[in-house]
Amino acid sequence: MHEDTIRQVLTEHARLSADASSVGTQDDLYAAGMTSHASVNVMLGLEDAFDIEFPDEMLRRGTFESISSISTAIGSLEGQE
Amino acid sequence: MTQDTATRESTTEDAGNHVADGISDVRDRSLEERVTEVVAVAKEFADAVDRDARFPMEAMSAIAKQGLLSLLIPTEEGGEECTITEVASVCRQLGRACSSTGLIYAMHQNQLAGLVRHGDNERFAQHRRRIAAEKLLVASSTTEIGIGGDVRRSTCAVEPDDNGNFHLEKNAPVISYAEYADIIMVTARKSVEAAPNDQVMVLVERSATKLEQTRAWDPLGFRGTCSPGWILNADGSAEDIMPQPFERISAHTMLPCAHIFWASVWLGMAEESVRKARVYVQKAARKSPGTTPPGALRLAELGIHLQAFQSYVSDAARAIDDNPPGSDELDSIPFTIRMNGLKVYASEQVVDIINRAMLITGIEGYRLDSDLSMGRLMRDARGAALMVNNDRILNHTASLELINRRGTK
Repeated sequence: MHEDTIRQVLTEHARLSADASSVGTQDDLYAAGMTSHASVNVMLGLEDAFDIEFPDEMLRRGTFESISSISTAIGSLEGQE
Repeated sequence: MTQDTATRESTTEDAGNHVADGISDVRDRSLEERVTEVVAVAKEFADAVDRDARFPMEAMSAIAKQGLLSLLIPTEEGGEECTITEVASVCRQLGRACSSTGLIYAMHQNQLAGLVRHGDNERFAQHRRRIAAEKLLVASSTTEIGIGGDVRRSTCAVEPDDNGNFHLEKNAPVISYAEYADIIMVTARKSVEAAPNDQVMVLVERSATKLEQTRAWDPLGFRGTCSPGWILNADGSAEDIMPQPFERISAHTMLPCAHIFWASVWLGMAEESVRKARVYVQKAARKSPGTTPPGALRLAELGIHLQAFQSYVSDAARAIDDNPPGSDELDSIPFTIRMNGLKVYASEQVVDIINRAMLITGIEGYRLDSDLSMGRLMRDARGAALMVNNDRILNHTASLELINRRGTK
């Protein structure tokens, strides 16, 4: 689904200590080294890549915790269109 | 406080009047009465503490004696279950009398807020009971050499052994009142392999900690906080690692509470400077009834700034009291922006207000030997913008504004 694009955004912006292409879809991205500052850039990168805008209620730590949770959030936004 | 503290305390207190005996008697009196008593002690020794850059032993002993160290701890664990708003008010009153005492108290209470709101297991409940019963003072070690002042990153790591214990070594550019604390809360990476931001908070006993001082302590202000650099070497049980990640403890409680308690101390300092300005203006008014002294207009103006400052602080304290740990609101961007803003605003206001107050008092405030002297307040106030640099905080807010959808509420 969105996984490849998400991984690409993570590679560019998440500044993980591991390689973003090898991170498991359920792995905690914050534990993998994503700082709150980096997570802002990830959000902006995702919004640009998918042409979406995360609403306030989605701007929570949990939304950007893993590739899987990001994918769910994007899916729910795309479903609304 | 420590044995060491108790020994020194006996030089100023009645040695037979042992603090641990009097806790129930103390609570028969209102919080207000007990705070008033402590504030008087803090005021009496404030100049000596500042002059000698020494720990405010007399005031901190009085605080312990009046049971004020454990205000946030739940009643069933031996505390008084006070709100953040109530504790902020104590910080503010201490700030009027002795900024250093106020800040030490604020830092201690911030550690307690973390322990109370995030130490959700039996082990930490025991620690809280002990803190309440033995009137323990809690310090913290967050900043570290080599991380550029960002408390949300650590270089040092918890190193476990095979017996359920850990070792921890940290090179800290500052630890406030480390020598006088019974417990130090230390941030570190979760393990030797963990990323710099994957932190835990660890409770270490002062008695199981070796402290090697790396720098002397002779600063411009807040001199009584005794905050030199230390290399900290601690051993402890793995059970004393806080059960929740530091990221959460910091975002939901310790970052906002630090800003609320510090801002409350700074507010107290600003109020004290305005009190002095008011005394000056009223004295001048008595000399020439019928003519409004020139400073009165500036005093009127100052009152508006002070009122806004008071409102921001009490609004922030209420926001924390209204949102228990785990609330979505604590994770929200507007909440973080508001708490960041409080720190920046309060640390700028305290300097500005004291400055304006000194202009009103003129030479009387400029003198060091006058009752209306602004000297110590002015030096202390300069520290506020540096304790977690304002630019770092504003940069954080700036990045949050890129995705903020809700404004500030």
